[in-house]
Amino acid sequence: MATKPIVRVQCDDFDQAAEIRDLVASNHDIGAIATFIGLCRSEGESLSALELEHYPGMAESQMENCASAACERWPIDKMLVIHRYGVIQPGEQIVLVVAASRHRDAAFDGARYVMDFLKTDAPFWKKEHRSDGAAGQWVDARDSDETAKERWK
Amino acid sequence: MAEDKVKILYFSWIRERVGLNDELVSMPDGVKTVAQLLVWLQGRNEQFAAAFEFPEIIRVALDQEHADHAQDLGKPSEIALFPPMTGG
Repeated sequence: MATKPIVRVQCDDFDQAAEIRDLVASNHDIGAIATFIGLCRSEGESLSALELEHYPGMAESQMENCASAACERWPIDKMLVIHRYGVIQPGEQIVLVVAASRHRDAAFDGARYVMDFLKTDAPFWKKEHRSDGAAGQWVDARDSDETAKERWK
Repeated sequence: MAEDKVKILYFSWIRERVGLNDELVSMPDGVKTVAQLLVWLQGRNEQFAAAFEFPEIIRVALDQEHADHAQDLGKPSEIALFPPMTGG
């Protein structure tokens, strides 16, 4: 049976070292861990923060769908996905994906797959807070995020 | 009748333009598909016209599942309307 991923949506920051330690503590046949962390950018100091809005319930279920699909496709032993919401400042962490497996290919591919699908399917939206105090815009979706999924066809 | 009402949720700039987080709505006769719902919403008032000016880009979820515009609405208890997602 495929691994059941752990998915969390939270306002608080996360500690990747502690999360990884807890995730793999019970399994000593894991030989590879691939981690992705997404950070908030300042866009050349023009932004003071990003405000992340989400659709509670559907955000979790879509993250779980992406992560479960990865666990069915590759032999992944442990999978963790955390996504934050609220006001996040440049340099702070937004998203964490940890994929753990016996060997590296499944871990690398699984983590990348989850991010590619989470980007377009999980209901989160970013609004810019500008450093100069002007009204911030909602971030536009990128076409490249849609095409990134094509590699998994 | 209250049991015929459906909860509609708005997110991101759609929420800001319509000025509502969510509302209970009686679905008008003749609104059977997602595309028809978007046309109806667009015609409600100026704020909705601004929010749904380009209906083709709007994403719709029926009971928290992504739906195509051609899809039948069915009888969901919750409909969410939002722009393309920008998480991660």
